[in-house]
Amino acid sequence: MAAPDNRPFAIRTYPPDRLREALKRMHLIRRFEEGAEDSYMRGLIHGTMHLSIGQEASAMATCMELTDSDKITSTHRGHGHCIAKGADVGRMFAEFFGKETGYCHGRGGSMHIADVKTGNLGANGIVGGGLPIAVGAALSARRLGRPDVTVCFFGDGANNEGAFHEALNMASVWKLPVVFVCENNGYGMSTSTARSTAVRQVADRAVAYAMPGVTVDGNDFSAVAEAVHIAIARARAGDGPSLVENVTYRWRGHSKSDRNRYRSKEEIEEWMTRDPIARFQAELIAHGVLDQAGADAILAAAIADVEAGIAFAKASPAPNVSEVTRYVYAEK
Amino acid sequence: MNAMHQDQALRTLSYAEAIREAMAIAMEADPTVILMGEDIGVYGGAFQVTLDLVDRFGPDRVMDTPISELGGAGVAVGAALTGLKPIYEFQFSDFAMLAMEQIVNQAAKLRYMLGGEASVPVVFRLPSGSGTGAAAQHSQSIEAWFGHVPGLKVLQPSTPEDAKGMLLAALADPDPVMIFEHKLLYKMKGHVPAGSYTTPIGKAAVRRTGSDLTIVAGSIMVHRALEAAERLAAEGIDAEVIDLRSIRPIDHETILASVRRTGRLMVVYEGVKAFGIGAEISAAVAESDAFDFLDAPILRLGAADAPVPYNPDLERASVPQVDSIEAAARRLARREV
Ligand SMILES: Cc1ncc(C[n+]2csc(CCOP(=O)(O)OP(=O)(O)O)c2C)c(N)n1
Ligand SMILES: [Mg+2]
Repeated sequence: MAAPDNRPFAIRTYPPDRLREALKRMHLIRRFEEGAEDSYMRGLIHGTMHLSIGQEASAMATCMELTDSDKITSTHRGHGHCIAKGADVGRMFAEFFGKETGYCHGRGGSMHIADVKTGNLGANGIVGGGLPIAVGAALSARRLGRPDVTVCFFGDGANNEGAFHEALNMASVWKLPVVFVCENNGYGMSTSTARSTAVRQVADRAVAYAMPGVTVDGNDFSAVAEAVHIAIARARAGDGPSLVENVTYRWRGHSKSDRNRYRSKEEIEEWMTRDPIARFQAELIAHGVLDQAGADAILAAAIADVEAGIAFAKASPAPNVSEVTRYVYAEK
Repeated sequence: MNAMHQDQALRTLSYAEAIREAMAIAMEADPTVILMGEDIGVYGGAFQVTLDLVDRFGPDRVMDTPISELGGAGVAVGAALTGLKPIYEFQFSDFAMLAMEQIVNQAAKLRYMLGGEASVPVVFRLPSGSGTGAAAQHSQSIEAWFGHVPGLKVLQPSTPEDAKGMLLAALADPDPVMIFEHKLLYKMKGHVPAGSYTTPIGKAAVRRTGSDLTIVAGSIMVHRALEAAERLAAEGIDAEVIDLRSIRPIDHETILASVRRTGRLMVVYEGVKAFGIGAEISAAVAESDAFDFLDAPILRLGAADAPVPYNPDLERASVPQVDSIEAAARRLARREV
C-alpha cells in the first residue's frame, strides 16, 4: 500500500506550473493594488478604492478550479477576484484611469471592475448586491444545461443584509450550483463581526439554509483551495450550494478615507506577519515546486506586468464626452 | 452692530459641522433622540458628520448598526412609532433603495392607514449627489422619487444655516422627514446662528432677486445657479435664483410669484431630467395663472439620461454645471429656446 500523501492539498492536487501561475497572480494582485494606490496618491485616479492587500490567497485559491465559463460575482473589494479569475491588469488600470480601453469603458471604475468574458460578472457598489445575482447565474447554468458553477464572493458585512439570507435560502431550496465564499476580514468598515453578527462564525449561518458551512484560514492557500474544491465538486454534482468562510484580514484601511480608529496598530501588525503570499511561496519552495531564483523571477514578471499595465492605461484614449448616454441601452 | 450681533455674524461652521451641532443640541435637549446608522460611531460616519458624537453621547445613543438598511430603517420606524426620535443615517442616499419598503410602505403610510392614531417622527439623513468619482451606485440624486410619496416630507438644504435649521425642524415634526445632504457641500462654510432654531419646512428662499428670468434650484445647484447668475449680470441679464429647500411640501407660491414678475422659468436639478422636480414645477406653473405671464417656454436642466459615470469628465458632463446653467439661462433670456 502506498504511503499517504501528506503534502498540502494544493501541492498534491495541482501541477507545478499552475501553482507557479497562482503565485504570480497573487503577486500581481498585490502589485496591482500598490500601483493603483500610488496612482491615486498622484491624482491619476479619482474616486475611492477598496484594497484587498493581505487577502490574496482567498481570491486566488478560490478561483483555482474555475474555467472561463464558470462565473463569479465580486464585491467592492474586488480587484483580487478579477485578477484571480484571469483579467488583464492593463485593462484594469485603464478602467481605473477612466479610459475607453478599460473593462467598463471608463464608466465603472474600481467599484464596478468586471471582465464578463472571463466570467467575472462584476464587482458591486452595493454590499450584498451580488448574492442573488450569483444564484440567478447558477439557475441559468442549470436551465441551459451548462456545467458551470458560480462562485459568489461577499464580505462578512454582507451577511447581515436581507439579500444574503434570501439568496442562500433559494439556492438551497433549488439545489443550485453556487458556492458562497465569505471573505471574513473581521470588519465591515469599522464594525467588527462581534458587534454586527449574532453568530460567532459566518459559516454558522449555513445551518439555517441546510447547506454545508466551513470556516478555514483564509491566508492559507491550500486550506482555501481544498474547501472550495469540495464545494465546487458538490455543486457540479448537482447536490447544491455550500458556504465557505475564509478568515483573513485587510492590511489597508476600508477605503481611502479610513482613520483606522476601530482597530489597533498591534492587531494590524500581527496580521501582517501572516502574509498569505509569503506563506504560499515558502510552501512552494519547501515542496520543491520552486527555488528562490524562480520565486524572484515570478515576482519580477508580476512587477513588469504592472508597469506595462500602467503604461497602457496612461496611453489609452479617454471616452468621448458626447457619449455619456452610451451603454444605457443595447445598441441597435 | 452690538457685540452679540457681531459674534453671530462671525459664527461660521461647515455644513457637516452645522448638522452635527443640530444633532448635539437635539440630543442634549431631548433624551428620546437617538442616532442610528452604519459606522456613525467610532468611525464618525462615512463623511465624518457624526464625528465625535459617540464620545459625547455614548454608543447607546449613537448606535452603529450592522449593514442592514432595510432592518435598520425599519427599527428606526418602529422606535419612532413608540416614543423615540431616531435620526437614521444612510451611508449614501443610494442605499435607501434597500430600505424602500420601510420608508414608503410603512413610515409614510402608518399615520394614514391607522386613521391618524399613530405617528412616525423619524428623520432620515441621506448624503447624495455626484462629483466624487464614486460612480453609478454611490452618486445618485433620488430626492424627487420621494416627492411622489404622500406622508413624507423631503428637504434639501443648500447652506450650513439651513442644514442645521432643517434638521431641528425635522426633529420637531411629528411625521417622517428625509433630508438629502449634498456630499460636496459638507465642507462648505457659512454663517450658522448659535443655539436652537428651525428653518420652516415647505418654504423656498429667494437667494438672488432678479427681473429677467427665474431659476429654481435646490441643494448644490443653488450655488451653481448663483454663480451663473453673477456671470450673466455682467452682460445685463438679471436672474432671480430661488432655493427650493423643500421638495415636499413644495412652495409653489414663491415660485409662481417670481414667474409672474420675470415671465421666464428655468428649473435646475441634479436628478435625471425626465420625471423630475422640473416636471412638477413646470406643471404647477402651467396649471396656474402664472402661465399667462410666461414670455418663453419653460426650460428644465437636469442630469443626463444615464447612470452617473465614473470617468471625471463624463461625470461632470452628466449633471448641470455653472457653464451649462449659464448657457441655458442666456438662451432662455434671449428666447432662443
Ligand atoms: C447596501 C450598502 N450598504 C453600505 C455600503 C457602504 N459600505 C461599503 S463596503 C462596506 C463594508 C462592507 O464590509 P464587508 O462586507 O465585510 O466587506 P469588506 O469591506 O470588509 O471587504 C460598507 C458599509 C454599501 N456599499 N452598500
Ligand atoms: Mg469585512
